[in-house]
Amino acid sequence: MNPFTYSRAADAAEAVSALSAKPHTKFLGGGTNLIDLMKMGVETPAQLIDIGRLPMAQVEELPDGKGIRIGALARNSDVAEHALIQQRYPLLSQALLAGASPQLRNMATVGGNLMQRTRCYYFYDPAFPQCNKRNPGSGCGALKGYNRIHAILGQSEQCIATNPSDMNVALAALEAVIRVQGPKGEREIPIADFHRLPGTTPNVDTNLKEDELITAVDLPAMPFATRSHYLKVRDRASYAFAIVSVAAAIEMDAGKKITAVRIALGGVAHKPWRAKKAEQQLMGKDADEKVFRAAAEAELAAAKGYEHNSFKIELAKRSIVRALTTVAGMNS
Amino acid sequence: MNDDLQPIDPSELAGIDPTGGLDELLIFGHPGTRRHFLKQVAGTSAAISLGPALMGIGSIEAAETDATSGGNASAAVTHVQLRINGRDHKLEIDPRTTLLDALREHLQLTGSKKGCDHGQCGACTVLVNGRRINSCLSLAVTHEGDEITTIEGLATGDELHPVQAAFLEHDGFQCGYCTPGQICSAVACISEGHARSDAEIREWMSGNLCRCGAYPNIVAAVKEAQSKTPAKAS
Repeated sequence: MNPFTYSRAADAAEAVSALSAKPHTKFLGGGTNLIDLMKMGVETPAQLIDIGRLPMAQVEELPDGKGIRIGALARNSDVAEHALIQQRYPLLSQALLAGASPQLRNMATVGGNLMQRTRCYYFYDPAFPQCNKRNPGSGCGALKGYNRIHAILGQSEQCIATNPSDMNVALAALEAVIRVQGPKGEREIPIADFHRLPGTTPNVDTNLKEDELITAVDLPAMPFATRSHYLKVRDRASYAFAIVSVAAAIEMDAGKKITAVRIALGGVAHKPWRAKKAEQQLMGKDADEKVFRAAAEAELAAAKGYEHNSFKIELAKRSIVRALTTVAGMNS
Repeated sequence: MNDDLQPIDPSELAGIDPTGGLDELLIFGHPGTRRHFLKQVAGTSAAISLGPALMGIGSIEAAETDATSGGNASAAVTHVQLRINGRDHKLEIDPRTTLLDALREHLQLTGSKKGCDHGQCGACTVLVNGRRINSCLSLAVTHEGDEITTIEGLATGDELHPVQAAFLEHDGFQCGYCTPGQICSAVACISEGHARSDAEIREWMSGNLCRCGAYPNIVAAVKEAQSKTPAKAS
């Protein structure tokens, strides 16, 4: 691990000014990804600002029934077990509990989970010379390498890495809004605009600016979020990253006609993939398996596989059908 | 002759092993004794009969020390006070030091194990303010004021913690290396209320890997310890 100076921020404003005062500064929250990447030599910050004890860990109701605000430093385990989240956004609770292990969830923060970096082997291990994300211009080791866990949607010739988070997939389906604080004040970033597709600059994961701090995540009111499900397909029954995952929520009238639907996919793209094409196909139709399959086909029509991950295309379609069948069959 | 290496006093050998041969890896605590034992053994003819695995202890310690210093002698030193198993410890450490390395290398609390050192195996699991975490992914300097409990702090005097006793009873280990982490994790798993069925125990203990595959016995041990734990008032 490279040497760094360590200090603790007294409040959010101090943290933000410390970030802009010195280059190569990183915030330290739960540390579950950052410390690991520092051990690997992928991240080499000169300064760590510990924000872990800032009072930004509350889960609270927004006024006028507008939804719920989750502090950026709320631990993944606390959010997953919070009564408000379990009752109104069970999808988020399920996604969080599908991720990592109990120990890691006790450490990892919501803000840190948003900033989680890819688990692409070629990114994570500097012994591999090629990685445009770690070392821009060096090429992509995964493109012609072992690419079983890699992207099938929205990737570029520069990078086929995936976003590894489960939480982010649920947040995409719930249309969460990320609140951030910079030197000039606060702004909001819709989750759809928070993470980026790789394009020609895969070294930039998100649209968070270098001098900004995530302070909270807002979940807008969404009554039909109670009829939701997070389906995670992985190599082990527990404690493994998603090969493919689906976050789904559906609203139907008494005749099973779909009146609202949200679908997001994990493990398939550089960002949590909101399946808008599938949603459009489903609106106004009667919920049944054929309709679900047609929607899945529409969403994956543009998918492109590589030597080891082409199986993900069919897997993603079937996972969408399974998740939708599950939510359509729920009592709510 | 090196003064540090005195012949073994048999009473000392007897003193280190209250579990009848099961505590070679400090599964049940007793800080410092194993290393002291090995240092003693290495200086006597007893080492020969103990085989090659134990003869390399000097180089193991050297390697661990190198890993901790990060290979940079000029790194800044930070002062930190850690409260571990009810006792306060003042340390001067490189800020890069993880909680696990602080426990093992600075405080000789070597019960917590370094398995993968990347938060994947759970061998380093300790309790911080009653919650289980991976101490290998947590910087020691971030834990000032926290109440840290390691495997060494679970027993009350000679009386094993119910989870420790259940692991003994159900033979919840083979080599024992993952066991301190398994036990700390199980203590939290039970207090969280996540040990109510075999399936729930498997899911909520999935952050602790056992390469020997003692899982059925671990599940049985956790289940029994859970049944002996009074239900939390909620």
